[in-house]
Amino acid sequence: MANENTNINTNADTETLSEDVLVVRDLKKYFPTAKNFFGKPLGFVKAVDGVSFTIKRGTTMGLVGESGCGKSTTGRTLLRLQEKTSGEVLFNGIDIFELKKEELRKLRPKIQIVFQDPFSSLSPRIPVGEIIGEAVREHGIVPPEEYDDYITRIMKACGLQEYHKDRYPHEFSGGQRQRICIARALALNPEFIVCDEPVSALDVSIQAQIINLLKELQEQFGLTYLFISHDLSVVEHISDTVGVMYLGNMVEYAETGELYANPLHPYTKALFSAIPIPDPDAQMNRIILEGSIPSPANPPSGCKFHTRCSECMEMCKYCQPEYREITPGHFTACHLFNTPEMNAKFEAESKAAADKEKADEKDKVGR
Amino acid sequence: MAKKSSYISNRETAKITRRNRQITRRLEKERKRKNVPESVYKTKMKDNNNVVEFDNVCSYFFTDIGVVKAVDGISFEVPKCSTVGIVGESGCGKSVTSLSLMQLLQRPSGQTVGGEIRLNIDGDGDAINIVKTPTSVMQNIRGNKMSMIFQEPMTSLNPVFRIGEQVNEVIKLHNPEMSKEDIKSRTLEMLELVGIANKEGVYEMFPHELSGGMRQRVMIAIALACRPSLIIADEPTTALDVTIQAQILDLLKGLKEKVNSSIMLITHDLGVVANMADYVVVMYAGRVIEKGTTRDIFSNPCHPYTIGLMKSKPVVGKKVDELYNIPGSVPNPVNMPDYCYFRDRCEYTCDKCRNKEAGFGNYPPEIKISDTHVVSCYRFYDEGQVMGYPNPVNVEDL
Ligand SMILES: Nc1ncnc2c1ncn2[C@@H]1O[C@H](COP(=O)(O)OP(=O)(O)O)[C@@H](O)[C@H]1O
Ligand code: SF4
Ligand code: SF4
Ligand SMILES: [Mg+2]
Repeated sequence: MANENTNINTNADTETLSEDVLVVRDLKKYFPTAKNFFGKPLGFVKAVDGVSFTIKRGTTMGLVGESGCGKSTTGRTLLRLQEKTSGEVLFNGIDIFELKKEELRKLRPKIQIVFQDPFSSLSPRIPVGEIIGEAVREHGIVPPEEYDDYITRIMKACGLQEYHKDRYPHEFSGGQRQRICIARALALNPEFIVCDEPVSALDVSIQAQIINLLKELQEQFGLTYLFISHDLSVVEHISDTVGVMYLGNMVEYAETGELYANPLHPYTKALFSAIPIPDPDAQMNRIILEGSIPSPANPPSGCKFHTRCSECMEMCKYCQPEYREITPGHFTACHLFNTPEMNAKFEAESKAAADKEKADEKDKVGR
Repeated sequence: MAKKSSYISNRETAKITRRNRQITRRLEKERKRKNVPESVYKTKMKDNNNVVEFDNVCSYFFTDIGVVKAVDGISFEVPKCSTVGIVGESGCGKSVTSLSLMQLLQRPSGQTVGGEIRLNIDGDGDAINIVKTPTSVMQNIRGNKMSMIFQEPMTSLNPVFRIGEQVNEVIKLHNPEMSKEDIKSRTLEMLELVGIANKEGVYEMFPHELSGGMRQRVMIAIALACRPSLIIADEPTTALDVTIQAQILDLLKGLKEKVNSSIMLITHDLGVVANMADYVVVMYAGRVIEKGTTRDIFSNPCHPYTIGLMKSKPVVGKKVDELYNIPGSVPNPVNMPDYCYFRDRCEYTCDKCRNKEAGFGNYPPEIKISDTHVVSCYRFYDEGQVMGYPNPVNVEDL
């Protein structure tokens, strides 16, 4: 996928408003697990282990997967809220990690994030008007004489009233606090917002209000979203394209309709079949995965999903499958979709690896 | 949003606090009495095919800002060997319902002040009324007749004891005559029953060494250890990932058949209920607003709140342009209106919802619209059979 986009993006370096707002190429983020006496890391949690995707202007990409699969880390790293281990993130063609401190500060308003927990991300002692307006003044988003009106307008757009300005966060319900968080992000006139589980802490009826609000704002302001969630039905509703992650890797990516109608990767299939559908007559052909999610500090070899996959083959245990485009726009990383040439190559590799393993085993026993 | 009631004066707060203390003290004293004659709490089931019958149960919290009627006159039953799902949004009283049944409300401020909770104790229709059962007797009932699984297993498992010891402990508590070896083999049997493959290994482990899904399995093993006739599962899979949730739900389904228990499943997830439950009870603002078989509720939802709830949840494979959202919010719990609690948000209101002159306009009665389906909404007043009204406790009389 990265290759196809290369041309477009070299253009984008000169022309700021290309169609692709965000291009992520082979992004990796490792966290050191423990350090030895000299401060050298002993091991790594590969929270994000080579992820690539592109998000088009005015669209929403959903990112799904189970806890610890690296969704949030992807979101935070591509906003440079933490440094990357390797890879590239281009925002309107500009590499975010190449920017100097001051340049990054200038870019910040354009790239915003809304978190899951509207309780801990609002400071309790600041009135709502100030929470929303603080950064607006700091970044000089509007001239001082327009400031008040501007904040009122933003609040109205997010379903808040003007008199809420003087209230404090604790006086609001969960859904309204999430509106405040969204207003705070929106006030900076962003182009791109990472929404990290923005509705997961809310009740169903309140979820619907927030999701509708996000969609309205997208239309009104031409926003681009990365929508992170473990709720597959919410993601289907809001996203144009969807990526599925497992243990730090993107295992499948396609347009929403295509992915939900025709999932290719065994993990995606299991994930979809595990969603409880609110209809007692729904035909349930549940694929129940065995075992728990392995730790990202010590992921399985080869295909990271092989320990739970019902279609696991010999090569899956030794060789990492290639992430490639199977049908136009539909990407996946699974040996089931190898070309005959790839199969031959991987079979040979896995045989060699298996033989070596056996030899090592014998060695150990012999000793 | 801002609660008016949080702005009451200090003097008023002091008055409320004093009054609350009077009431809760007396209720506590009654509960702690020793040598209570059985006649006080022994009773008969209305229908011997039920494990539990909730009959106009009222559980209130006596707080400094006033009395919160968390559960206010709810009635429903749990038939033998069946799963009853209790759904509703946060704060609607689901957990208070289950805690009332276990007598585990946070005391002294939380008290079940009215109604009957009849628990079938021998299958012959002899029952005890949990509301009147003294604490000393209750200890025997908990774990033996019914047990509970919580959302976060880590909070109920003791981090410093091995898994095996914790299961042993529960079995020993309820079977003091059993030998050490028998207890251990029973524990291993329980661990196997809940699908733990490496039971000997897990027996020796500490809770933190297990994943969330495995911990929940251990909790289920503990809950089943004494073969209760009722298992109360409060959001048992909410903290788990979808693929692990599927494992646990599958396990619970299988177990119900193996151990002959009923399950009271509390959840906010309509999908989970549709897959697991035989009967569904929908709660709103401390009241049951609709109940029936799972088919009744999902194919023919009748209460405007149930209808709204179903429409506001996106469903995989069913694309809609805009999600329905229920306007407004739940009324203030210390100051509930004297009319239908849903009226201010309802898009279906009819003349009866308001017409006080004609003798309506109060909180709507329970109306039976089929053999199994009951709904609390005036829209069905003429076509259905009126069953009765929830009967709140007058706090002044306590
Ligand atoms: N600051 C950190 N230090 C060490 N490990 C981390 C840190 N942040 C995240 N991780 C680990 O990275 C993995 C992915 O985390 P995260 O991106 O939060 O997953 P998700 O959002 O999908 O639940 C997890 O195993 C998590 O424990
Ligand atoms: S590569 Fe092999 S183990 Fe991995 S998902 Fe595909 S079939 Fe399963
Ligand atoms: S009783 Fe009236 S106000 Fe209440 S839910 Fe029914 S129609 Fe709506
Ligand atoms: Mg996360």
